[in-house]
Amino acid sequence: MMTYPLFVAQVRLENITKQFDGVTAVEDINLDIADREFMILLGPSGCGKSTLLRMIAGLEDPTEGKVWIGDTLVNDVLPKVRDVAMVFQSYALYPHKTVQANIEFPLKVRKVDKVERAAAAAAAAESLGLTEYMQRKPGQLSGGQRQRVALARAIVRKPAVFCMDEPLSNLDAKLRGETRAELIALHQRLDSTFIYVTHDQVEAMTMGTRIAVMSRGRIEQVGTPQDVYDKPASVFVAQFVGMPPMNILPPGTVEGGDHLVGVRPEDLQIHPTGAMSMIVTLVEHLGHEVLVTGTIDGRRVVVREPAGAPDRRVGDVVGLDATESGRHRFDATTQRRIDG
Amino acid sequence: MKKRRWRDAGLAAVLIGPSAAVLGLFVIYPLLKAVWLGRERCSNAKCSTNGWHQYVDAFRSNEFQDALVVTLKYALITVPIGLVLGIGLAVLADKYIRGVGIFRTIFSSTVATSVAVASVMWFFLFNPNIGVLAHYLGGVFKSPGLLQDSHTALWAVSASSIWANLGFTFIVVTAGLQSVPKDLYESAYVDGATGFGRFTNVTLPMISPTLLFATVVLTTRAFQSFGEIDILTAGGPAPTNPTTTLTYLAYGKGLPTSGDDGLRSTVSVLLFFVLLVLALVQFRGLDKRVHYGN
Amino acid sequence: MAIDHVSSGRKVGRYILLALMAAVVLFPIYVMVIASLKPGNKAFVHPLLPGDFTFSTLREAWNSGSLGRALWVSTIVSVIVTLAEVITAILAAYAFVFLKFPGQKIIFAIFLATLLVPLEATLTVNRRTMQSLGWLNSYKALTLPFLATAFGIFMIRQVFLTIPKEMREAASMDGLGHIGFMYEVAVPLSRPTIGALALFSFLTSWNQYLWPNLVTTNAKYNTVQTGLKALRFASLDKPNLVIAGTVIVALPIFVVLIAFQRQLVRGLTAGAVKG
Repeated sequence: MMTYPLFVAQVRLENITKQFDGVTAVEDINLDIADREFMILLGPSGCGKSTLLRMIAGLEDPTEGKVWIGDTLVNDVLPKVRDVAMVFQSYALYPHKTVQANIEFPLKVRKVDKVERAAAAAAAAESLGLTEYMQRKPGQLSGGQRQRVALARAIVRKPAVFCMDEPLSNLDAKLRGETRAELIALHQRLDSTFIYVTHDQVEAMTMGTRIAVMSRGRIEQVGTPQDVYDKPASVFVAQFVGMPPMNILPPGTVEGGDHLVGVRPEDLQIHPTGAMSMIVTLVEHLGHEVLVTGTIDGRRVVVREPAGAPDRRVGDVVGLDATESGRHRFDATTQRRIDG
Repeated sequence: MKKRRWRDAGLAAVLIGPSAAVLGLFVIYPLLKAVWLGRERCSNAKCSTNGWHQYVDAFRSNEFQDALVVTLKYALITVPIGLVLGIGLAVLADKYIRGVGIFRTIFSSTVATSVAVASVMWFFLFNPNIGVLAHYLGGVFKSPGLLQDSHTALWAVSASSIWANLGFTFIVVTAGLQSVPKDLYESAYVDGATGFGRFTNVTLPMISPTLLFATVVLTTRAFQSFGEIDILTAGGPAPTNPTTTLTYLAYGKGLPTSGDDGLRSTVSVLLFFVLLVLALVQFRGLDKRVHYGN
Repeated sequence: MAIDHVSSGRKVGRYILLALMAAVVLFPIYVMVIASLKPGNKAFVHPLLPGDFTFSTLREAWNSGSLGRALWVSTIVSVIVTLAEVITAILAAYAFVFLKFPGQKIIFAIFLATLLVPLEATLTVNRRTMQSLGWLNSYKALTLPFLATAFGIFMIRQVFLTIPKEMREAASMDGLGHIGFMYEVAVPLSRPTIGALALFSFLTSWNQYLWPNLVTTNAKYNTVQTGLKALRFASLDKPNLVIAGTVIVALPIFVVLIAFQRQLVRGLTAGAVKG
């Protein structure tokens, strides 16, 4: 009988730096991930988020810094001993093994006896709706089903920490939406720590208990989805989170001073007596809302209006106001948030 | 970084060890040793050195020059004819018609005959006393016999070799043909290209990497051919020895090299360099004309 | 398909051409088989026509040429060489693809460079090595130089490279070591290529001619090829026996070819398509 230690699975990264052949991929990162948290590492491709995840999983060694899982320094601990499971973007299923054998495989490697591992695999498959596909090979499954097999293979180990590297990026939009909901439910049911890498801010906002936004090997901001959305710590975060992205206007456009002002599209109102004037260049009707794109002094600005708003036409010159509460102020040189 | 690289080093040594031992002991060491040995003349175990000049002398010798010419002739006969026949058969059997599988098996079948088997077969086909060709055709087949006539011997050996290599060429070209995307033919068809036009404009360029591969292999085989010559003509007929190729010169019987490991090494190292130059020329010259797709 | 459509007149023409070429290709084989099935005194009377069907010539060739022994020697040698070549290729290819170690690139380049060395350039020294070890006329001499080849390593390496890196990482997170991954994942996934390599190396080994000639003088270690050569020179007065011997020797490989045609095609064309 194999037992799983119920230790506290917080993950701590201290001054982590990673270089590949002299090129820095991750630079001096400090991050505390609490036990049972759903932490999202969010950022564009090449920002170092996957490298960071792979260092937690033990697939890469940090050039400098320490990785802690629970109370253990795991820098020199092999991946298999770290009690971490990983779901890969490509799923990395074994094409020559059945679904059942794929799910059982981690237990087989750990020499769990046959009956027990069949039971564990059956339970994992059951919870993900895979029971009827157990005898098929991955090649006979749809993308969504393969993704579930990869999840089941991670679950069956009952690891303290789940690492997931863009697990939804190979699914179509509809399936991605459904799977997001399932992952949230899974996190609640399993009661373990999830660390999830994505470039999709919708996934980050909907699933994460906290988000670490990364850019160029550094963490820009760590916070709850609401924090990150309401109080972006930098211009980068402001523009990366939220769709359409926040408008960043040069000093003096919205208000006085020598700082940048960021305004989300929904915090801009078209108003005949508006303080700024915008030339409309594009009008997009999305049904429940209208996106009006225009330029102020040649700078692109997007305004979100409710569906019932008056019709705008390309070429119209309209007045524009920004609500006071909707203004985010950033330092023009450091690009960091000013008011905090 | 460093840690990870050394972590695997022990296992790597174990995994690569067997291959490294075999390749080192039976390919790299003997090649280097042969280069050294090529400076010497030996009789039985006793060797005395002539210095590096032995390579120059051997290269300039009539025997080597003659063998080089024979080898070149042999390659120039067997490679183009073998290629054309192989392509012809492959194109003929490429169309999907009923029973084409049987023909494919037949055309591939000569890969199953070893050099010795093929050569013994052709030895009897060409035999002036009991051979089928002499029996039905007479003439030069009967007296003195193709293998015994110094004007025809090389052609007769070539026939045997072309036949023996036909299966290989056929299989390789067939695989090349099957890898040509169908839509290319379809667009050529829509563009109004005729059958022959499709062959020269679509098929040949698309299978050119395959043809390069086949050419290199066939040429190398021609330069290394030993068994067919050993069995069919033993390098003869004397005294002109029109079938003594380079490899036969190095390893055949009744030659200046026989029993002389030094001179054998000289010739085989020279053969190695000839092959090396040839491979470079082939890849340089043909690679430019080869279309590799995306 | 419009393009594949062949009008019936041209179809007949194509069949005639195919049959003609098949006849030409099969002609030497046909002549041999016919002669081997006739009694000795009639073998060459009407060389193209069958007649007086008998197995006696084949039986006599089998007995007089010690072909049974030669087949046995060839089988042992080829099986050993094939097994060893496949195993050493898998091991080395695995190290080159899935491990990181110092000197990796240089060692691989040296291995690859041995592809350029023709067998002929090494045989003299190899023969001396065998002689000085006292191994002439032994299975050791017949097999040892071929237990690993750069060709085999390269072929397996190419297929190992197609296995996604993530698959190895997933396995390592499960705690599967390299040997386990090789056995459980890498080898099963590469089975078709490994089969092709096995068949290819079996055929190559079976057809070795020059090397067995150099290292064996004792008829006890005649392989099929050297045995056939011996038969050809020993029985010049009984040519029909030589022919029957040739048929006997060719037969097993024909069976192997028909049974494994697909693997053979894959083996011969590895590296041929798409340069």
